[in-house]
Amino acid sequence: MSQTPIIQIVELSKKYRIRPRERYIAARERLNLILTRPWKAFRFSARETFWALRDISFEVEEGEVIGIIGRNGAGKTTLLKLLSRITEPTEGYAILRGRVGSLLEVGTGFHPELTGRENIYFNGVLLGMSKEEVRRKLDEIVEFANVGEFLDMPIKHYSSGMAFRLAFSVAAHLEPEILIVDEVLAVGDIEFQKKCLNKMEEVSRRAGRTVLLVSHQLNQIRQLCTRVVWLEAGRIRMIGPTLEVTAAYEKSITSEDERLSPGQRTSSQKGSFRRWRLIQPSEAPHILSTFGPVSVEFQLEINKPLRGLVHGVALMTLDQRVLWSTYNNFTSLKPGVYHLLYNFEMLPLNTGMYLWRVSLYDEDGLVDVWDGLPYMEVQLPNFQHMYDNWIGPMNLPHRKEVRYEESLYPTTIS
Amino acid sequence: MSEFLTVIRPSPRFHLGLKELWDYRELIISLVEREIKVRYKQTLIGVLWVVIQPLATMTIFTLFFGRLAKIPSGELPYPIFALSGVILWSYFASALSGASHSLVEHKPLLSKIYFPRLALPLSAVCVGVVDFGINLILLITLMIGYGVTPHFTLIFAPIFLVLTMLTALSVGLWLAALNAFYRDVRYVIPFLIQLWMFASPVVYPSSIVPERWQWVFALNPMVGLIEGFRWCISGHGALPSLMLFSMGVILILLIGGIAYFRHIERTLADWI
Repeated sequence: MSQTPIIQIVELSKKYRIRPRERYIAARERLNLILTRPWKAFRFSARETFWALRDISFEVEEGEVIGIIGRNGAGKTTLLKLLSRITEPTEGYAILRGRVGSLLEVGTGFHPELTGRENIYFNGVLLGMSKEEVRRKLDEIVEFANVGEFLDMPIKHYSSGMAFRLAFSVAAHLEPEILIVDEVLAVGDIEFQKKCLNKMEEVSRRAGRTVLLVSHQLNQIRQLCTRVVWLEAGRIRMIGPTLEVTAAYEKSITSEDERLSPGQRTSSQKGSFRRWRLIQPSEAPHILSTFGPVSVEFQLEINKPLRGLVHGVALMTLDQRVLWSTYNNFTSLKPGVYHLLYNFEMLPLNTGMYLWRVSLYDEDGLVDVWDGLPYMEVQLPNFQHMYDNWIGPMNLPHRKEVRYEESLYPTTIS
Repeated sequence: MSEFLTVIRPSPRFHLGLKELWDYRELIISLVEREIKVRYKQTLIGVLWVVIQPLATMTIFTLFFGRLAKIPSGELPYPIFALSGVILWSYFASALSGASHSLVEHKPLLSKIYFPRLALPLSAVCVGVVDFGINLILLITLMIGYGVTPHFTLIFAPIFLVLTMLTALSVGLWLAALNAFYRDVRYVIPFLIQLWMFASPVVYPSSIVPERWQWVFALNPMVGLIEGFRWCISGHGALPSLMLFSMGVILILLIGGIAYFRHIERTLADWI
C-alpha cells in the first residue's frame, strides 16, 4: 500500500530537567535567586537536563497495531504523552491523520460522589465523545461493564473491580481512528482483562483502527500487535515484526550484562541479595528446561549482625502476578555470605519469562528487596491448550485416559 | 481517512487558541455540571447554603457598617445596598478562587488527557452563575420587602455578571498559572480576595473616596462593576464614568492572562 501513513513521527525529542527538588520551588527561593544571581535564575545547564526521548522517527499505516516495549524509564510513556498532546515535544514533530483517542489511565475524572451514569457521561465527554454519542452507547457500555442495578448509585459504593469495569467499558466504546493505550490492562480481574483484550482485538481487526499500545506484558503484545517498537534510553533500539522484536527484547533482558547494579534498588546498608541461579539442572544458570527436580539458589550478603529476620521469596510473572510465595524466619544472622536454597520437585511453568523476587526484613524493617535479574526463562514443551486465551502460567505434564463405564449402558440393545 | 488532522510540534509563542476552546464546549459544560452536582452532595441543607451565606453577611454588614459605623448608602436602604454588593462580590470571590485553584485541583486530568487547559479556569468561573441567579432572586424579593421597586435597567444585570466573570477570569488565569508552579500562591489567594473586597465598594459607596483619588480607585475594575450593578437593579445612583477605564484594565489583564496561560499550558503536565 502506498498511501499516506496515518501516523508520521519525525525526530521527536523531549528534554526534561532533572531537578527533583525544583518541582515545588517556592516563589521565595526563585525570587532570591533572581535578586542575587539573575544570570543563573533562568538558565539551566546541559548537565541538569536529559533527553527522555531523542530523535524518534517512525511511520504507522492505517489499521496497524503497534506495540511499544522497553524497560521502565525508556521513554514509552513520554512518547504516548507527546502523541496524546499532554505535553509538547522539545524538538521534532508528529502528524496524526485521524480522530485520536488516548487512554493513559482508565477512569480519569471519575468522581466518587457521582453516580455511575453521571460518571459515564463526564468520562465519555472527557475522552472525546459527544454527549449524544454517549447517550447512544449507554446501554452497551452498561452491559459490557456489567454494573446493571448500580448505575444510579454513587460510585464510591462500588467495589474497585466494578469501578474499573465501568471505566474501561466507557473507554472501550470510544471510536477514534487512532487509539493510544498505556498499560491500562495491567489492572482488573483476569476474566475482565480477557474480555477487554478480546474487545480491543475485535475492534482493531474489524474497524481497522490504528492502535499504539504500551505494555509490559509481552503475551499481550504478541497477541495484539502487528509491529513492535523497542525503546531504550529514549531512542529506538529496534523496530519490526512483533515476534522478532519481542524475542530480541527478551533475550536482552535475560543476558547477564544487562544486570542492574545493586546500587539502583532500595536496599539498606545492612545487607543485600547478590545473585540467583539454578543449581539443578546446572546446564544454564537462568534457563529452566526440565520437568524434573529444580534447585534455586539466592546469594545473600550480610554486612552487620541482624536479628529478628523474615525472608520472603516469590515467583512472579513479569506483569507482577504472584504465582507462588512463602516466607521463613531466622532469629539472627551474622555478617557473611549466605546461599539460600529452594528445592522443588518440579516447576511446571508455561514457556516465557519469570521473575524471582526475594526480600529480607529485620526487626527495624526493610533490609533488601530484589527482583532477581536476569529473569528466569522457561523453555519447556507445552502441554496446554493451543489458544493464547487459554494458556495459564501452569504447564502440567499429564497422561490422558478415557474409561468407558459399561454398567450405565447395558449392551443388550444389539 | 478522516478530516481530523493533528500536528504535534513545539508551538509558536503567541496563540490564543479560542477556536479550539469552542470545539471543546461540551467538555466545558460537563465540567461545570459536574462541579455543581458535586458541590452540594452529602450536605444536609444543600442549596439553602447559597442564600444563607449572603443573608448572614448582609446582616453583619448592616449591623456594623450600617448601624454602628453609619456608612452612607445613598438612596438605598443599607441592607439592600449591602446585599447587592455582597452577591456580586461573592460571585466574584468564588469565581476567582475557583479559577486560581482549577489547575492544581485537576492535576490528575491534566497529566492523563488532552484538552485545552483554558477549559478549567473557564468552567470554574461559570460554576457560580447558578448561585448568583438564586441570590439575585433573593435580592429582588428583599428589595420588594423594603419597598424598593426594581428598575427596568435590571435587564442589564447579565452584562454586569459577564463583565465580573471576565474580571475573575483575567486575574484567575494569572493566579492559576502561578499556582501550578509555586504552591505559595494558594496561601495568597484568600488574603488577596479579602483585601480586594475592602478596596471595592461593597460595604461603602465609592462616593466617599475623594475626587482626586477616584481614578486610582477605578483602576480596580470591581469598583465600576459593583456601582454599575447597583445602578442597574435600582436605577438609583449613576453608571460611574470611569467604567470604560475599568473595562480597559480588564481587557489588558485578560489578553495578557490568556497569552501567559497558553504559554505555560504547553508543558504544564511536566511541571504541575
